[in-house]
Amino acid sequence: MKTVRLTIDKKVVEVQAGKTILDAARIAGIHIPTLCHHPDLCVAGNCRVCVVEQVGVRTLQASCAVPVADGMEIITNSAKVQQARRHILELLLSEHRSDCVNCYKNNHCELQDLAAKYIFTPVTLIPLPALQHYTIDSSSPSIIKDDSKCIRCQRCVRTCTQLQHVTALTVSHKGHEQKISTFMDKLLNDVVCTNCGQCVNRCPTGALTERNYIQEVWDALLDPNTHVVVQTAPAVRVALGEELGFDVGERVTGKMVSALKTLGFDSVLDTDFTADLTIMEEGTELLTRLKAVLTEKADAGTLLPMTTSCSPGWIKFIEHKFPDYLTNVSSCKSPQQMFGALAKTYYARKRKLNPAKIVSVSIMPCTAKKYEADRPEMRSSGFKDVDYVLTTRELARMIKMAGIDFMSLPDQEHDSLMGESSGAAVIFGATGGVMEAALRTAYELVTGREVPFANLDIKPVRGMEGVREANITIEGCLPEWSFLEGVELKLAVAHGLTNAWEVMQAVKQGKAEFHFIEVMACPGGCLGGGGQPIPTNSEIRLKRAQAIYEEDAGKHIRKSHENPEVLALYKDFLEAPMSHKSHELLHTYYIERHCN
Amino acid sequence: MEKTVLEEIIYRQGAQRDRLLPILQDVVEQQNFLTEGDMLHIANLLQMSAAEVYGTASFYSFLPLNRKGKYMIRLCKSIIAKMKGSDQVLAAITDQLGIKPGETTADGVFSLELVNDIGWSDREPAMLINDKVFTDLDPVKVTHILTNYLKQASTQAFVTNLSTN
Repeated sequence: MKTVRLTIDKKVVEVQAGKTILDAARIAGIHIPTLCHHPDLCVAGNCRVCVVEQVGVRTLQASCAVPVADGMEIITNSAKVQQARRHILELLLSEHRSDCVNCYKNNHCELQDLAAKYIFTPVTLIPLPALQHYTIDSSSPSIIKDDSKCIRCQRCVRTCTQLQHVTALTVSHKGHEQKISTFMDKLLNDVVCTNCGQCVNRCPTGALTERNYIQEVWDALLDPNTHVVVQTAPAVRVALGEELGFDVGERVTGKMVSALKTLGFDSVLDTDFTADLTIMEEGTELLTRLKAVLTEKADAGTLLPMTTSCSPGWIKFIEHKFPDYLTNVSSCKSPQQMFGALAKTYYARKRKLNPAKIVSVSIMPCTAKKYEADRPEMRSSGFKDVDYVLTTRELARMIKMAGIDFMSLPDQEHDSLMGESSGAAVIFGATGGVMEAALRTAYELVTGREVPFANLDIKPVRGMEGVREANITIEGCLPEWSFLEGVELKLAVAHGLTNAWEVMQAVKQGKAEFHFIEVMACPGGCLGGGGQPIPTNSEIRLKRAQAIYEEDAGKHIRKSHENPEVLALYKDFLEAPMSHKSHELLHTYYIERHCN
Repeated sequence: MEKTVLEEIIYRQGAQRDRLLPILQDVVEQQNFLTEGDMLHIANLLQMSAAEVYGTASFYSFLPLNRKGKYMIRLCKSIIAKMKGSDQVLAAITDQLGIKPGETTADGVFSLELVNDIGWSDREPAMLINDKVFTDLDPVKVTHILTNYLKQASTQAFVTNLSTN
């Protein structure tokens, strides 16, 4: 590997050829401020905040965009650099509605952070937003887009295109009229937006934020006439700590439960419980589809490959982009919605509560879950199954607002009845987790033996490769599953919608044949979801994934079909997977949507 | 635009994303503007996002995104034009056609817009009518030019009427 030697602030640095000045500075531990740059995205070089001086070159260089060269002498903090950065920030601020104390991103804003460092004399430029027409789009139940806060860094546009292959967002017009638009400036809720919130995770200002339901949840908690249940998604417990003083990758499951109880939730339950239930339903569905294709010669194309259905970003994506494949999506609702449907039926009955008085809240790593809960199909209990969805960030804000000293909270367990879960449910939070959980159960159901992997860790489906493929040959089937004897199951796992799009293109063009595909809309799976703590990058996602697998390894139940509460639920209420009752409460359908 | 006409343009240019700009230009050449339906159809055939087509089209002043007249008048509004009397020329156009900048006549024949610079600063006031350049304008001259266009338009309307009856 060719290396290049340069000096940055008189420090000699040797880095791989092809790296940028910014990369080299970071390797050398020298800080250069950035705004449009994001480690998950391609170089844009449009904000210019990262300018540095190169000795012998007249103009300042955007360090994020200029590759290193031998003998370069870089100065990152000269008077010229400081002045340029200050001018750039002043110009950006003149176009930014700096209403910081009223802004949802107050204290979580990269522009505000830079202003705090660079602006120490009053800016004399006229603030333009007061004079301009701007729009605040709050049409989506998930995301709010406020153009008056936008600095046109285009991280969101790059995210929407490069990571997600959605391109609901684009740059339109030019000069002072330039803005981030949808097709024909339509409302976000009327275009291809999947509500994944990856743009929200990367927006440096308050231009793109989640739509928050904090007040609604407080109102429910403080109303003595309601019974408020809360469910916590698997990926929340490995990231919530980041917002509350813990290091990245620290699991805070027990403290999270304590905090929710302190906030006043009447019952703190677990989405992991319905993740186990999802495996029972989805595993059975997969086996039913395989049986139909292998023994009854059913139309294979509409049944296989079967794709997972837990990620609401993926669901909206396939509804827009591959409507011909909607029959291939598992009919199982996501764990959140299964939980919602059961909370106001099974749980209400068991606890002798009036379902009309139950408020069902979920804590999710996700913004698309807000949209999912709002879908008109998601009312199978006779009520809105999930009333409010809060992101990990919103929960952290409520904990801070309540003055809870999170660090010193004792660990507590989830409450019973829909609170028990297996390790298989925990790993739903990482890419490959649903696949692994499904295999642990389906393989054992079919053969009577555990999956042939040490410690039940199905390593081939783990990791952060965008698309991972694995094959498992089924051997030694029990008599009723003999049609699967010797069948090589072809599996694929994709995370990030660009990768999902590639897998689906391969399927569509007949270039790949799979039986089962797991898709998570967000990079890394739910642990990298649009509702998770900001910032995000590959290193942070990897640490959260490690935490998830540690949590799985520490669970005494590792397989969904061994969750005693799930077994009791079938015995007392649902009868069997794919029963009439489960179809009524736990399964759903999908809708073809336009492609713009 | 008729889908078959649009498809013919795309077929001629090639259905690839790097042909987007020439395709948009061809549509505007034939129809003077782009509709939402045109952009959607182009996005579909080029297998790209409709938002990207809109983003590209909205960047260019000469790719109008709302209905325009048969004759697109673009009068230069540069400071040089103003010094040479473009405001009086504008007043003459507005008087004669009854439209202000940004508007289209009720019969859909003329649209009027002010543009920044059309490269004729040495011979201002200058304007374009579609692709044709008119320079050294004054109120009398512009009225004369527009009268000719009006005659041409009414003759065409007469011929169209004959052929449709």
